[in-house]
Amino acid sequence: MKLIYLFIITVLLAVCSLFVGVENVSFSALWNMDEEAWNIVMISRLPRMLSIIMAGTSLSICGLIMQQLTQNKFVSPTTAGTMDWARLGILVSLLFFTDASPIWKMCIAAAFALFGTLLFMGILQRLKQKDTIFIPLVGIMLGNVVSSIATFFALKFDLVQNMSSWLQGDFSLIMEGRYELLYISVPLLIIAFLFANMFTVAGMGEDFATNLGLPYKYVVNVGLIIVAIITAVVILTVGVIPFLGLIVPNIVSIYRGDNLKNSIWHTAVLGAAFLLVCDIAGRLIIYPYEISVGLMVGVIGTGIFLYMLLRRNAYA
Amino acid sequence: MIVAEKLSKYFGSKKVIQDVSIEVKRGAITSFIGPNGAGKSTLLSMVSRLLKQDDGIVYLDGKDVHKQKSKDLAKTIAILRQSNVVQMRLTVRELVSFGRFPYSSGRLTDEDEQKVSEAIAYVNLEEMEDNYLNELSGGQKQRAFIAMVLAQDTDYILLDEPLNNLDMKHAVQMMKLLRKLVEDFGKTILLVIHDINFASVYSDRIVAMKDGKIVAEGPTEDIIQSDVLKSIYDLDIDVHNISCNRICVYF
Repeated sequence: MKLIYLFIITVLLAVCSLFVGVENVSFSALWNMDEEAWNIVMISRLPRMLSIIMAGTSLSICGLIMQQLTQNKFVSPTTAGTMDWARLGILVSLLFFTDASPIWKMCIAAAFALFGTLLFMGILQRLKQKDTIFIPLVGIMLGNVVSSIATFFALKFDLVQNMSSWLQGDFSLIMEGRYELLYISVPLLIIAFLFANMFTVAGMGEDFATNLGLPYKYVVNVGLIIVAIITAVVILTVGVIPFLGLIVPNIVSIYRGDNLKNSIWHTAVLGAAFLLVCDIAGRLIIYPYEISVGLMVGVIGTGIFLYMLLRRNAYA
Repeated sequence: MIVAEKLSKYFGSKKVIQDVSIEVKRGAITSFIGPNGAGKSTLLSMVSRLLKQDDGIVYLDGKDVHKQKSKDLAKTIAILRQSNVVQMRLTVRELVSFGRFPYSSGRLTDEDEQKVSEAIAYVNLEEMEDNYLNELSGGQKQRAFIAMVLAQDTDYILLDEPLNNLDMKHAVQMMKLLRKLVEDFGKTILLVIHDINFASVYSDRIVAMKDGKIVAEGPTEDIIQSDVLKSIYDLDIDVHNISCNRICVYF
């Protein structure tokens, strides 16, 4: 599939996203400068669309970076436990830094996410068995342990309600003033694009990269910091969106290969398109109510993930 | 010239390399032979800065290897390790292009593309260049990795068991290719090799290692001798002269 087609589809989906919702907004109303219609678009629909695009793009790139650096197709912010650590970080910031601004909460969550991901990488190096399926299982188990610790403290301090809002990704509460933190992902994505070539070489392993004069540890750390911050930001604004970072890079890998130079743009655009589809579908299926995007991605994602697992020998 | 002085390396409390000193001459093939676990690969890794030695110093053209910029070294010395398991979907050409990374950081110039094409042609993989690595046979994959090292265009080339996975025909082709690199371009090649007949026929010098030490070293004809080989391998080995080559019989 050509990038330009993918891009056009994404733009069309983004436009659709603007006009789907309980409150009817039509082209003609916007054309006639209807004030109410414009208000809805500017306060609710546009922020929602922008945050879907940013979250979809950045989570997919996160997955791509993690898969490249761990040389494992099944590692992503979900399966490495990064998301669970970020949630624990948010809980800690709620408990101990109640008055902290969102930026500080994001920093604490990112620090936890980074620690968790480094821990996962450390365990990876120590593992004798480098089986492709075994590694993400370790990550999922680690994530579940962290998640249950978080739930325990949330129960103790009556924060379960707060916690569950980050459990399931949801764009319905996104509006002007509540999503701007996501813009932090834009400069991080630019850095990821600049590092694309280096991530590819680093993905070949430490010896291989060192032989080519690449500062391996530095590149890996840059990658993991990008992943940690983006994950924290997305969870804090939207919530957990499972599987996105897993499926999108894998789909792109099938038709574009694993040279990041060839696949990073496709991954970015397809990530946005995939999340837009899930969100629009979630809004239409039980209209006028809506299914949260986390659930939609989870359901569709599990299906695709299973399919990938079953035929992994064909391409992975 | 590569000079190693009193290199030692411990893995835990086990000494895998003990006080090894060695000089490797330029413009020649030097083969490292010896039983498994003798420390040959470890020595090559230290010489190429992939592994930091616990004691001693490695000089490359007179300069301490660990005090040079990694990126500059990558233009002087290239190493290919034993196991190259690739999980990623990369084409042959993409892999070979990595060899140009030290020069252009992934944004290939016309000159880089030229060198990549030459390297692929050198190992006869032109027809496969757009195939993914996981579609290749073990031997083709091995040749693709060799091509990458060639594209890196370094004076020194270190290969850890380059004949792994190669059938007889391709093994011979590989050794002839290495010979040609020495004769045509004056490259310096260090090999870890298990087949002593390949070592005997194609190398200029041989270094024999055992238990982390160098037990014999010298021109090929001095090392490929029954008594010397007996001390290395603990095996009775007959050496015959067949059409000007010294061939070992040990079956």
